[in-house]
Amino acid sequence: MKGEATVINVWRSLRFTLVFAVLLGIVYPLFFVALGRVVFPWQAQGSLVAVNGRTVGSELIAQPFPQPMWFEPRPSAVNYNADGSGGSNLGPTNPALVQEVRQNLRAVLRENPGLQVDEVPTSMVESSGSGLDPDIDLQDAYDQIPRISKATGLSEAWLRSLVQRDAEFPALGLYGEPMVNVMQLNLAIWEKLHPSARVARTT
Amino acid sequence: MTASGIFAIFLVVLALVACGWPLGGYIYRTFAGERTWTDAVAVPVERAIYRLIGVNPDVEMDWKAYLRAMMVSNLVMALFAYAVFRLQAVLPLNPAHIPAMPPYLAFNTAASFITNTNWQNYAGEQSLSYLSQMIGITFLQFTSAATGLAAAMAFLRGMSRQKTDALGNFWVDLVRAHTRLLLPIAAILAVLLLALGVPETLSGPAVVHTLSGSMQTIARGPVATLEAIKQLGTNGGGFFNANSAHPFEDPNAWTCILEIMGMGLIPTALVFTAGYFLRSRRLAIVLCTLLGAILLAGAYLVYAYEAAGNPILAHALGLHGPNMEGKEVRFGLPLTSLFVAATTAYTTGAVNAMHDSLMPMSGMVPLLFMMFNLIFGGKGVGLLNILMFLIIAVFISGLMVGRTPEIFGKKIEAREMKLATAAMLVHPFVILVPTAIAMALPSARASMGNPGLHGFTEVLYAFTSAAANNGSAFAGLNGNTPFYNISIGLVMLFGRYVSIIAMLAIAGSLAGKARIPETSGTLKVDTFAFGYVFVAVFVIVGALTFFPYLALGPIGEQLQLG
Repeated sequence: MKGEATVINVWRSLRFTLVFAVLLGIVYPLFFVALGRVVFPWQAQGSLVAVNGRTVGSELIAQPFPQPMWFEPRPSAVNYNADGSGGSNLGPTNPALVQEVRQNLRAVLRENPGLQVDEVPTSMVESSGSGLDPDIDLQDAYDQIPRISKATGLSEAWLRSLVQRDAEFPALGLYGEPMVNVMQLNLAIWEKLHPSARVARTT
Repeated sequence: MTASGIFAIFLVVLALVACGWPLGGYIYRTFAGERTWTDAVAVPVERAIYRLIGVNPDVEMDWKAYLRAMMVSNLVMALFAYAVFRLQAVLPLNPAHIPAMPPYLAFNTAASFITNTNWQNYAGEQSLSYLSQMIGITFLQFTSAATGLAAAMAFLRGMSRQKTDALGNFWVDLVRAHTRLLLPIAAILAVLLLALGVPETLSGPAVVHTLSGSMQTIARGPVATLEAIKQLGTNGGGFFNANSAHPFEDPNAWTCILEIMGMGLIPTALVFTAGYFLRSRRLAIVLCTLLGAILLAGAYLVYAYEAAGNPILAHALGLHGPNMEGKEVRFGLPLTSLFVAATTAYTTGAVNAMHDSLMPMSGMVPLLFMMFNLIFGGKGVGLLNILMFLIIAVFISGLMVGRTPEIFGKKIEAREMKLATAAMLVHPFVILVPTAIAMALPSARASMGNPGLHGFTEVLYAFTSAAANNGSAFAGLNGNTPFYNISIGLVMLFGRYVSIIAMLAIAGSLAGKARIPETSGTLKVDTFAFGYVFVAVFVIVGALTFFPYLALGPIGEQLQLG
């Protein structure tokens, strides 16, 4: 009797697994892949942006900007590897954390002459959780303006107005930080330097 | 820490309770067999599914039959997922040409997802094909949540019925959990996430030429649908290695709120469902108030310590400000802190900040919540733990006032107490013993990513997370070794099934008992006075059992900060 019940249970489990693997694992995702393609094509493909028709990155994914002419994203523990996200996972008492932050801080102070330590927000020198944080603190952006102005010849006033234009503030005044998207800023710089360039969202 | 931040956290928890209350009533009506407004659509669909899987929905099961069906179905689904992970290299939908998962890791992953834990010893974007993410991960994220929910419903039936052995039909509960609850809500969540920027595509990774002239490979995939059930099913296993810290999983503050709501919604609702089953709205209000207060207290503790920042960096480098190591800018500290507390209270295990880089005291909050394992808790099993501790609290109170303990008219006797004690003790046992073994093995210690006490906390956190079926990690620990793959895999299985088996056995014996009429001498369980006893019992049990380990880990590390 018990053996028979087990056989029935196994048989039902196999049928359940087959039906629900198809329903939940194939039908459910594919329905939304199709919906995404029709209704939200840009988001569904990863919020990609293109210059002159060539895809240059995603608005949601930080990429390296090593030259002084660009706004720099937050430090990344995975070197902006968008195929291998992650944080440093360094604990608060780990000497390696002090070492890492010291190096980041030195680099920031070296690249931005005149900047004082107390003007540096912690997010500017501490690695992000994903290694791909696309946003920087507003203070972080303002701190970088003199350097970018010098490297590009664009006026500080224009760069400041650019940061203000793209700044995002907490939703409902409660949720989030005053911040700005690095990709948006750098695309605007590219457009300013190359007036003929066509910057557009792409899928 | 600001007043607006404190208010921001409070508002989300309030919204959770406001949504959970009506949903709890709906869940009760669905599983008590009453009419609901979803009948018109769902009944024909369910009838078709019953035919496809060969189930007669009118048959009720006793606790043993219910348990057998649950265990066999879970075993079959786990083996199915294991096979998918092992064979993914030769199966379709693998645009990034990801190789087969090695056996130990595939065992760990299958055990992890069938138990609703979602511990991940792999990085999703590098180790799983799209097909594995869909019919392996997404599939189990639904069914494991539905399994936990079914167990909780069977238990509530056992408590609320009398002189019967019937606890319901496992297959019907499992199917209805999908058609009435998980699939509709996940679909709504998936649309919202998609609209707010979470990708959903079968195209392979995007290879782009960056503005500064380098190349970048951007992993993507069918993320939104996985993300929806990942949160809603209190699963937590992310598409990407960085989990909800990854901008594709959680692109802004709104998605962050949605994800917190997603994981808290059903566990909060279930407290009210229990109130409906047991004909006591007061019980739901008492539990919801006390557990909600503990959740808030945890979130505020994290918020306070993270906002204060790292004193070592302030001292060494003159750097002042919040601790942003391992955090993302877009969520802001209040939401990040609430996520840390909620993901362990609701035993989801998703992370939107790296827990390994939290300050010691804020890292202790998730650890403690997983040790309690009942601050609302995971899908269904959280409620089972709450009810288990209610039984233990009733027993202790009964001893103190010298009368036979009873809960909602059911006598608690030796058999129930033995089973409840077993369910209670397995949790510390499978945390503390494996942690001690790992500490004794040089090869296991070598996996620690941080030195000293923090490294110890990483190992303690891993086994606590596995036992609580949470899945979040102090991710500096390298868990992808044979020792951790097997030990964590076993801890997840014991942590899940021993307590479910014991609780279903209790449900079986409670269902058989006649209900004793309430008298003036009856200990009232649904009062705040008893609620405090309940909290005291699980805090004391938790504190006494785990305190030495916490002292060696986060408390010791906090003292090192000076």
